[in-house]
Amino acid sequence: MRHIVSVLVENKFGVLARIATLFAARGFNINSLSVNETNDPTISQMTIVVKGDASILEQVTKQLNKLVDVIKVINFKDKGYIERELVLIKINTPRSLREEIIKLVGLFNARIIDMSLDYITIEITAEEDKINTFIKMMLPYGIKDICSTGIIALNKEHANKTK
Amino acid sequence: MEKKTGSQILIECLLKENVEVVFGIPGGQALPIFDAIYKSNFNFILTRHEQAASHMADGYARSTGKPGVCIVTSGPGATNIVTGLATAYMDSVPIIAITGQVSTRVIGQDSFQEADTIGITRPVTKHNFLVKNVKDLAKTIKEAFYIATTGKPGPVLVDIPINIQKDTCSFVYPEKVHLRSYKPNCNGHPGQIKKAAEIINSSTKPVLYIGAGVVISKAEKEILELSKKSDIPVTNTLLAVGAYSNNTNLNLGMLGMHGTFCANKAVQTADVIIAVGARFDDRCTGKVCDFAKNAKIIHIDIDPTAISKIVNVDIPVVGDAKIVLKEMLSLIKTKKRKNWIKTIELWQQEHPLTYEKNDNKLHPQYVIEKISELTKGEAIITTEVGQHQMWAAQYYKPKKSRLFLSSGGLGTMGFGYPAAIGAKFGTINKEVIVIAGDGSFQMNMQEMAVAVLNNISVKVVILNNQYLGNVRQWQEMFYNKRYSHCCLAKRKNCPEWCNKPSRSLCPVYVPDFVKWANSYGVLGMRVTRKKDVKPALIKMLKEKSSVVLDMWIEIEENIFPMVPNGASLDEIITRMNG
Repeated sequence: MRHIVSVLVENKFGVLARIATLFAARGFNINSLSVNETNDPTISQMTIVVKGDASILEQVTKQLNKLVDVIKVINFKDKGYIERELVLIKINTPRSLREEIIKLVGLFNARIIDMSLDYITIEITAEEDKINTFIKMMLPYGIKDICSTGIIALNKEHANKTK
Repeated sequence: MEKKTGSQILIECLLKENVEVVFGIPGGQALPIFDAIYKSNFNFILTRHEQAASHMADGYARSTGKPGVCIVTSGPGATNIVTGLATAYMDSVPIIAITGQVSTRVIGQDSFQEADTIGITRPVTKHNFLVKNVKDLAKTIKEAFYIATTGKPGPVLVDIPINIQKDTCSFVYPEKVHLRSYKPNCNGHPGQIKKAAEIINSSTKPVLYIGAGVVISKAEKEILELSKKSDIPVTNTLLAVGAYSNNTNLNLGMLGMHGTFCANKAVQTADVIIAVGARFDDRCTGKVCDFAKNAKIIHIDIDPTAISKIVNVDIPVVGDAKIVLKEMLSLIKTKKRKNWIKTIELWQQEHPLTYEKNDNKLHPQYVIEKISELTKGEAIITTEVGQHQMWAAQYYKPKKSRLFLSSGGLGTMGFGYPAAIGAKFGTINKEVIVIAGDGSFQMNMQEMAVAVLNNISVKVVILNNQYLGNVRQWQEMFYNKRYSHCCLAKRKNCPEWCNKPSRSLCPVYVPDFVKWANSYGVLGMRVTRKKDVKPALIKMLKEKSSVVLDMWIEIEENIFPMVPNGASLDEIITRMNG
């Protein structure tokens, strides 16, 4: 199972290495990872996607909490959160297929952000499922390059209140 | 305000933390620190190897309960203490390690004696710091001590570049530590404590399984009270040897791979296991899926990651053992469990800890029994790692905690001797004895110079079987007696695949530990016969200075009982061929 874990850490050098070392040493796999400063410049936020059963998630959460530089660990559960991922995809686009691809881009609420005679580059921001479907749709045209930010997530405000 | 150099600040901080003794070796990138030490009346112990410095700090910490401190240089100095840090980390021992580092201006340039100390030591420390500004130094040292000694203790390393050692600023030692990201939780959840107490009250065959956490939180009294009040037998891990009274039939002894028959049997039969400050190490549990199958498991531990890491726990209580037990005791009903205790006594009688007592051979267990008897269990014993360690754990009966010091989690050969020296510096009036194997002892025996030059007495009892004995035992039992590279007497002209060792046929053993001890001006004695053991030990204990006893024990003696690696605790072998 996929789990999204958000980790608030001290914004100091070497903290990312600490987290990465922990995952490596304990045999946990990181599926994706995104790191950024929060509105408080002394705190960074890491959004980590891990796969594994409930006991793996429990250990990941506890082990992260044990690190001295980790301030808070949040597990996003059920439907109480919104997630997004931004993906850039460069597609092989012969003139004959251009129309078709542009239609699909529109259908998925994606955007074309660069274009040349043979290629277009698309930006799509969505949930993982939708992105995976879009990538599947693009596969037959030939994907030249693909690049992703990894998943980021936030709690839904009303979900918190009903708790 | 008067300005001080980073090095002076460091020394001031250590004095503020009431550090009595520091172990280490100077080097290029730590010279300003050593210059500051030179000018102060600081008790610094120059070791012969940095690894030994870290083990001495460890031994000091284990024997006193206070953090041990070592200072070494950059690069090889720092990499040499990695084993010591890993040893302390596994066994939750508070150590402050200070390492010199190349100047911040040249970090990353592969400078002379540069190593990524922070990167290398990250997985073997509780936390580590690189100090990049002299203004942060005092605060960092304060935090290092705080982190090392609170919660689940552990080693903390502070890497100080040479320019920071020389830079100056005004010195203020912070009164308090505030770390928003580090707040160990000591109080157990009252609801969980209540649930645990209810389960204990309604159980019929409970067992207390106690580990190092009991020693660290000083919960020995509470354990004794709980076990007496509710009539609960107690088994201990290697690190909790001595934490529970020997004068009661409720003491089952150690559990696990070389634990007693009755401890393992009790755990496997129990309906409730109350684990306190223990972490279900594989050497204790045997095959995990068969461990205490019939038992509900209560786990009291300050480390949340220890809960359900290996064995699924029914009632976790995260908190300090002493605080939690105190809370719990008021909820425990006074109980007598006659049937359960009777069953346990029968197991004790059926397979007591024993060895061949009726011959004239020099059995290692006999040596340890005699040490236990002659010291009345009041001496500090440290061990190396291997067969002698297990025999010591089985047959030495310490009167209380912190008298049996051993590398449990990491199993570090070469730990015992320097740890004994460190322990002696912490408890100068106590008798300190190392029980060593001839293999392990050779890993750090150079430290005898430290004992001699500082006029401290550390007694060394080498249980010499001319083998890496534990390796040999496994090769005998599980590798069809193929003694691959475990013989320490083997020479070029020996038969290539020898598995028939004998003192009379084997080549002369080197080193001659007696002559070797003499070369340091230390009394050395060799004992080859059982009847000489006691007189030699008496003589050793009378000596005011260090002594080395080279005991030529039975060379193919095995440790029993034994639960083979990966087997269930039920598959315990109590002796060879039967």
